[in-house]
Amino acid sequence: MMGFIWFWLVAVMIVGYVVLDGFDLGVGVLHLFLVRDEAERQATLRAIGPVWDGNEVWLLAGGGTLYFAFPLLYASAFSGFYLPLMIVLWLLILRGVSLELRNHIDMGVWRALLDGLFGIASALLAIFYGAALANVLRGVPLRADGYFFLPLWTNWKPGQSPGILDWYTVIGGLVALVSLTLHGALWLVIKVSGDLAERARRLVRPLWFALLGLTIVSLITTIGVRPESLDNYYRYPFTFVVPAGVIASLIGVWVWNRNHEPVKAFLASCFYLFFMLAGACWGLYPTLLPATSNSGLDITLERAISGPHTLAIGLVWWSFGMALAVGYVVFVYSRFKGKADVSEGGH
Amino acid sequence: MTAELIHRLHFAFTITFHYLFPQLTMGLALLIVVLKTVALKTGSEQWDRAARFWGRIFGINFVFGVVTGIPMEFEFGTNWAQFARVSGGVIGQPLAMEGVFSFFLESAFLGLFLYGEKRLSKWMHWFSALMVFVGSWISGFFIIVTDAWMQHPVAYEQVNGHYEVLSFWQLLMNPWGLLQYMHNMTGAVVTGAFVMAAVGAFYLLEGRLDNYGRIFLKVGVIAGLVASIAIIFPTGDLHGKYVAHHQPAAMAGMEAVFKSESGAGLVLMGQPNEETGLIDNPIVLNNVLSFLIYGTTMAEVRGLDTIPHDQWPTALPLLFYAYHIMAGLGTWFALLMIGSAFLLWRGRLYGARWALWALLLSFPLPYIANTAGWMTAELGRQPWLIYGLMRTSQGFSHTVSASNGLFTLIGFMGLYALLGLLFTVLMYREISHGPEPKLAEVKAVQVGGAS
Repeated sequence: MMGFIWFWLVAVMIVGYVVLDGFDLGVGVLHLFLVRDEAERQATLRAIGPVWDGNEVWLLAGGGTLYFAFPLLYASAFSGFYLPLMIVLWLLILRGVSLELRNHIDMGVWRALLDGLFGIASALLAIFYGAALANVLRGVPLRADGYFFLPLWTNWKPGQSPGILDWYTVIGGLVALVSLTLHGALWLVIKVSGDLAERARRLVRPLWFALLGLTIVSLITTIGVRPESLDNYYRYPFTFVVPAGVIASLIGVWVWNRNHEPVKAFLASCFYLFFMLAGACWGLYPTLLPATSNSGLDITLERAISGPHTLAIGLVWWSFGMALAVGYVVFVYSRFKGKADVSEGGH
Repeated sequence: MTAELIHRLHFAFTITFHYLFPQLTMGLALLIVVLKTVALKTGSEQWDRAARFWGRIFGINFVFGVVTGIPMEFEFGTNWAQFARVSGGVIGQPLAMEGVFSFFLESAFLGLFLYGEKRLSKWMHWFSALMVFVGSWISGFFIIVTDAWMQHPVAYEQVNGHYEVLSFWQLLMNPWGLLQYMHNMTGAVVTGAFVMAAVGAFYLLEGRLDNYGRIFLKVGVIAGLVASIAIIFPTGDLHGKYVAHHQPAAMAGMEAVFKSESGAGLVLMGQPNEETGLIDNPIVLNNVLSFLIYGTTMAEVRGLDTIPHDQWPTALPLLFYAYHIMAGLGTWFALLMIGSAFLLWRGRLYGARWALWALLLSFPLPYIANTAGWMTAELGRQPWLIYGLMRTSQGFSHTVSASNGLFTLIGFMGLYALLGLLFTVLMYREISHGPEPKLAEVKAVQVGGAS
């Protein structure tokens, strides 16, 4: 029971992170080619300025939760994905610094450099996150002691000894890139005004078609790469509501965006991300990290989970702390709701 | 180079660079609350501007602290997987609590503090500053709890080769942690106060922004006086005695006491020689060490000769130097701040150029002292990763080769060199602009704000 609860609590943290930091990653990707002048760029950055750092906290809180709830998974996955994780860390550093510091020096070259860095780091992060999830779904060559080490690439095929990047995980990366860019565009429609908002709204259309195609491809290839992903769905057929939710939320994005209802369209996009991630987690459950060689070596919930006393204590403070955290998030977003006010000074 | 050494350097380098930023933000957070409180009480626009100025400095430091802090949580898994696997059930807990209880609070209210002044009432803006302070100090607490468990494991049981929490409250209330927390947070206030006083001294020596210079000096020197005394007594004193009691090997290494003796002298300076078991070129205060630890000059201090050689701190000379640098600088801080506070009280500080120079030039020293203090704690713990339970050589990620570790260590070094340069430029700009509203800012507000 504790295992079931903590599996889904960690999943909630991941969904929280992707839904929230997802839109500011998407805005990061978009601002490179969507904005036309400095005023528009200020408006774009202002749309994420007060909240991106709080969004990123979900990653840290999620990482910490993973660490104490599933120490074996944390130890195995973080050391096994060593190189890509370090690259992710470097990208997070570059991205945070370039976003926060571009306005500190009023110099065209400086700002162009940091804007470029911010955009590229955002895009690469989205791709790495998608590829990371695909790596988990595909499985890794786990050894008997629960560890593994993956090179960045081998022969680009998802076989017995794959690399971090193969054709399947690249598809995962693209799904993440397109879905988060779309997510960011919808956020911009809410937060900025005028021509910029209209351009963002129109951009949703081609992104949407690309995402629809990629979603279908990713579902099919996932089943191909790891057929066991469907086991839980067949065992509990009502859970097919999850893939249905993916489709429904995609339709919602399209319809509400066309009807100029940006908040609803954005929420639909949140639900899309939620259903995609929840669907992936449910496809894995109760495995946490499958082994490519032999399913007897899988890291399962039972193997990885901390002791019952630790988890019982954790449940108490975690519920209390996250209730507080959600309170802050709601409070901050309500304070900064509506169009981003570009006339306010900042730091 | 062995994998163990690379992974140690990896963590040591990234954490040392990281902690340059939180020590200032944690200290400043308190001083900003002071500035905001005076502004709120007196309605003085000048104190508000002073608070905004330090808010900008805080903001920049916070960004660097956040981006260099994210790798720290990951490195437990990436570089210290064996340790993470064994200890996750215990110290994963405070680490997760830091995220849940502190980071959400801190980031939410920092956003409000930096961006929301016009959207909030004066009282609410003050409250945001207070919450940023609370958040950053909670964050420090959970990190200290984590470290304290590695230094002095409590409230755990061993189940199938890994550790689980027995008592949550005992974990949080680890006496080692409480002492270390008081000592460490006082150290952060020392850094914040010295930096504030140095900026104030800089303005007065430059002969511009005098009115702000005086505010910064007043707040910096008063806070610096309190913190510089408290860092020695009671917090440093209590912490030192606790170390002597629970980690005799660490204390013997810090003082390089090779042979147990009663009436041990305090070595002010010298070079410990592991080959001969003597200290070269020593300058000694007779009997003082016994007195400091046990309160009597004749007490016997345990030496390294009572400790098996394979449990000696592995970097003995470095431990000795780190500790002596920390303690020596701490003495200077107290002397400087007592002198400055005396001048402030007599109304002569603002004109005493030599004192202003001393305050200005002393601003890097708390960074060195805080770093040396942490080196003392962590080197003193060696060869243990979890004191008495797990050796450092057992904790690193066996799947990550020395070569891969070195690759990313070099990557971090390059990136952090760049960050350090950038940080210096930004600090220079902020401080040379000062607290008056900037022309560029007024212009930026017209064309579209500044983030």
